[in-house]
Amino acid sequence: MGFWDVVTGRSKPKQAKLDALFAVPGAAVTLQAALGLVPTGDGAVCYRAAAGAGFAGTQQEILDLLKASDGAPRVTTSQDSFGFTWLEVDHDPIDPANPDLTGLCTDLHAVNTTLELHGYGPGLLCSLIPFTGADGRKVGLVYLYKQGTFYPFAPTGDDQRDNLLEISVRDAAAGELPLEKDLSRWLALWGAPGL
Amino acid sequence: MARTRFVGDAGLTARMTTVMFLLGAVFVALIVVLMLIFPARYAPFIAVIGLGIAWWQWYSSDSIAMKAMRAREVTPQQAPELHAMIDRLCALADMPKPRVGVADTDLPNAFATGRSPKRSVVVVTTGILHRLDAEELEGVLAHELSHVAHRDVLVMTVASSAGIIAGMLARGSQYGAIFGGGRDRRGNNNGLPVWLVVLVVSLVVYAVSFLLLRLLSRYRELSADRAGAQLTMKPQALASALQKITGEINRIPQRDLRAAQSMNAFFIAPAIGGVSLRTLTSTHPSLEQRLEQLARIEAELGRPNV
Repeated sequence: MGFWDVVTGRSKPKQAKLDALFAVPGAAVTLQAALGLVPTGDGAVCYRAAAGAGFAGTQQEILDLLKASDGAPRVTTSQDSFGFTWLEVDHDPIDPANPDLTGLCTDLHAVNTTLELHGYGPGLLCSLIPFTGADGRKVGLVYLYKQGTFYPFAPTGDDQRDNLLEISVRDAAAGELPLEKDLSRWLALWGAPGL
Repeated sequence: MARTRFVGDAGLTARMTTVMFLLGAVFVALIVVLMLIFPARYAPFIAVIGLGIAWWQWYSSDSIAMKAMRAREVTPQQAPELHAMIDRLCALADMPKPRVGVADTDLPNAFATGRSPKRSVVVVTTGILHRLDAEELEGVLAHELSHVAHRDVLVMTVASSAGIIAGMLARGSQYGAIFGGGRDRRGNNNGLPVWLVVLVVSLVVYAVSFLLLRLLSRYRELSADRAGAQLTMKPQALASALQKITGEINRIPQRDLRAAQSMNAFFIAPAIGGVSLRTLTSTHPSLEQRLEQLARIEAELGRPNV
């Protein structure tokens, strides 16, 4: 915030940064090669639903838009205990021999741009793209909209995360994605869909 | 072109800026009068001491307020829910996470203090944790985080420096009246003792800056309400939290209007017109004002798409 914003007590809602999502397909290839992590083909967007008719209309528009695309994914919405909405985009499982996340990223981006178009961009919290390893380990690539950065989140049970796996995901993807340098921003997403 | 649903309040900004300008003018006027009354080498000295006190208040604001409220800092392990809620709000607002404190008192309240967003602390009382549900608590936390983002501690401390100096002078001139009455008669042609002039000037400055400060405080509260509601996108949650904790909930009748036909005359909310002493000196805006603003934000957020 600038000096004038502080003096007048006006914090402008922070707009989301959307473009970095398209770097995910490239990073997925790297993660598969380096760590054997394969994307599940699903993805989710977490946002804050605003009160009122305007948001309900926007969300319906997103659902209609996603269902109209070819190879239409299954789309569901759910509320978490923090009052945020998770919009899950459920594609068919990815073929490990030929992983292509472009369709998923296009879908997620469509969600973001529609929300932004109607003025709800500041309500976007994060996007989640889950991966699984051959040994059953799960790790999600989380995109923080406000920072425009990614971080890995690998839950191993209730309130336990596999920090070593997270660090190695960070190191593997460092060349492909803007990764969150401040570890205190790697907030846990317990019970997130797909993990 | 993406539309925005986060409209500012130009009127509020204009009023707030006017008040701050007036506070600055009071400060300058005080310094000028001091320089006229005192020999030039004393006036800056007094001003520096006053500013030093203001600076110290601001610099140690977090620990002073924590001690005054008997609050203790809690770790994510001790209060996971509270921390997770603040984590998410900070990620949404893109601000550094403040420290979190809890005060063991049944009084429902919350405050934020600290010298900068990086060195701030948000404290909630156990009373507010018990009374509010998760959504309402989030609204209150967003309001407090807005205070942090707006650097309200810094702004209010700077704004109060004229009042601090005036208070010091008023105290000092009383000693002057007792001890120095005979000696300090230089430079006043009309025969008034210096200490009396200083006392009157500082009392006037103190009173004016007191009223302006309270006005500024009310505007900052409205700004924090606005920013908080826009952050959580749920103005209704903050509104119901305010109704619960301000203890004025009985002002809005719960009874059905039809059931109360015969009592109708008694249910008309008292029209609050004019300016009373209470509205002039309170640090927070009235519940009605705050709810009115939240209703406007809700309407803007929920306007259907065209």
